[in-house]
Amino acid sequence: MIRIPGIVWVMLLFSAPLWSDEVTLFADREDLDPVLVRSGYEWLTPESKALQDDEFENPGWLWVERGRQLFASDSGEPSCASCHQTSDLIFSSSATRFPRWSDSQQTLINLEGQINQCRELRMARESFALESSEMLSLTAFVSQLARGQPVNVALTEEVKPFWQAGRDYFFRRKGQMNLACSQCHDERAGQRLRGDLISQGHPNGFPLYRYEWQSLGSLHRRLQDCDAGIRAEPQPLGSEIYLSVELYLAWRAGGLTLESPAIRR
Amino acid sequence: MKSPLKRRQLLKQSAAAVSVLCLPVKTWASRQDRLQEAIESRFGPAIRAQDRVALKIPALTENGYSVPVEIRVDSPMTSDDYVQAIGLFAEENPISEIAWMELTPESGRAHVKTRIRLAGSQHVVAAAKMNDGRVFEARVFAIVTLAACVI
Amino acid sequence: MIRISIPQSADLGEVIEIKAMIQHPMESGYRRDEMGRTIPRDIVAHFSCRFESQVVFKTDWGPGMAANPLLTFFARVNRAGTFYFEWKDLNGKAFKTERAIEINR
Repeated sequence: MIRIPGIVWVMLLFSAPLWSDEVTLFADREDLDPVLVRSGYEWLTPESKALQDDEFENPGWLWVERGRQLFASDSGEPSCASCHQTSDLIFSSSATRFPRWSDSQQTLINLEGQINQCRELRMARESFALESSEMLSLTAFVSQLARGQPVNVALTEEVKPFWQAGRDYFFRRKGQMNLACSQCHDERAGQRLRGDLISQGHPNGFPLYRYEWQSLGSLHRRLQDCDAGIRAEPQPLGSEIYLSVELYLAWRAGGLTLESPAIRR
Repeated sequence: MKSPLKRRQLLKQSAAAVSVLCLPVKTWASRQDRLQEAIESRFGPAIRAQDRVALKIPALTENGYSVPVEIRVDSPMTSDDYVQAIGLFAEENPISEIAWMELTPESGRAHVKTRIRLAGSQHVVAAAKMNDGRVFEARVFAIVTLAACVI
Repeated sequence: MIRISIPQSADLGEVIEIKAMIQHPMESGYRRDEMGRTIPRDIVAHFSCRFESQVVFKTDWGPGMAANPLLTFFARVNRAGTFYFEWKDLNGKAFKTERAIEINR
């Protein structure tokens, strides 16, 4: 039986804050320095990079083509093209500005939310289910119009609470593995997790073709996979928390160019 | 004369050693057999020369769901001398045969590219049959890594 | 959704590169859903390319082909005409498209 001197107990007691979450690396941690921001593209193999750049072989373009058809006409008037011209510079770069505040809905919405808002309020059509083939095709088409343009979300007063909620989620430990997003994607980006390279977790490629899904998918689907990966409860697609995380991630990626439809693992 | 205890120990150890040796060898042998069977079911027992066929696969792939593959067979592709068929096989996949391609002289070139799935690191074989019955083959080992987060 | 990459015209006798991609999950039959049930196999099992009435290239596929399968192959153009592309799944359902090609003067 080892006898531990009282002084050691006192030292342990006073050092307790050093092990707790609040006072560790995260408390005064700066958000990702814009100078250090790097797209997930940089961590792809040369073959995957070539695939992303190939406008025929990149399977994501199957969804873009379908989106182009849906945009022009969707079995009856009116269509998206009735109001929106893809040659219009403001419209063609709109994907870089989501998520943003919606005056009509008085909340934060992303591109999917805007599409459904248009359908319900202006086209008198039913909304598309999130992650449905039609929704993915339309978001792929609209996002691809802005390919090469920098992510550019506006942090207005109304959206700041959402930004804060997204930031809190990013830095909060969760799940059975008790991991925060920042631990991998801020602190260990570029390092290996088993055979895989950790990226900074930017949203600039979405919607993207993911090998793991063998399909195109949205950022919210990826966030669900992230949460499931650390054995935390995945949140619903389109939920307010994921919208908040989407806003925070878009802000954090500021300056990165949109790569939709990207290729990722 | 060895005591009964030592003899039993020796027998147990030998039996254990033999059974341990048998296990992986049997598994390895049956994988090879399956691959061989799959190839022979298409090409027959003809000897496959390691010539003329170029099989290009990335040495390391980050995801087994999409592995780019390129096959080139050296052939003039005339009506007298052309590649009749190309088979693509993988030894670890649940079904060894991935694709069977039939060409004609009108193909012009025995050159095919596609994307396949590989269930882990393994040998991949591309075999080509000429119109005169000769068979050629190329065999490559591809390393396939997995995603880190298992969900 | 089907995408074909093929030149609109070629020189007489030229060998052209054709790329054909079909949007299809190529469900292998080995995956399981959230309830642990095996998801049934649903793959495109056959692809063929004809020039007019003559088969130029055809292939049988197993579940080892990647989803949204892409195929790049070559064909010699001997005269102006139409290439016909056909995919068939395990149930015999066919997906077809065609592309006309001209001869450069």
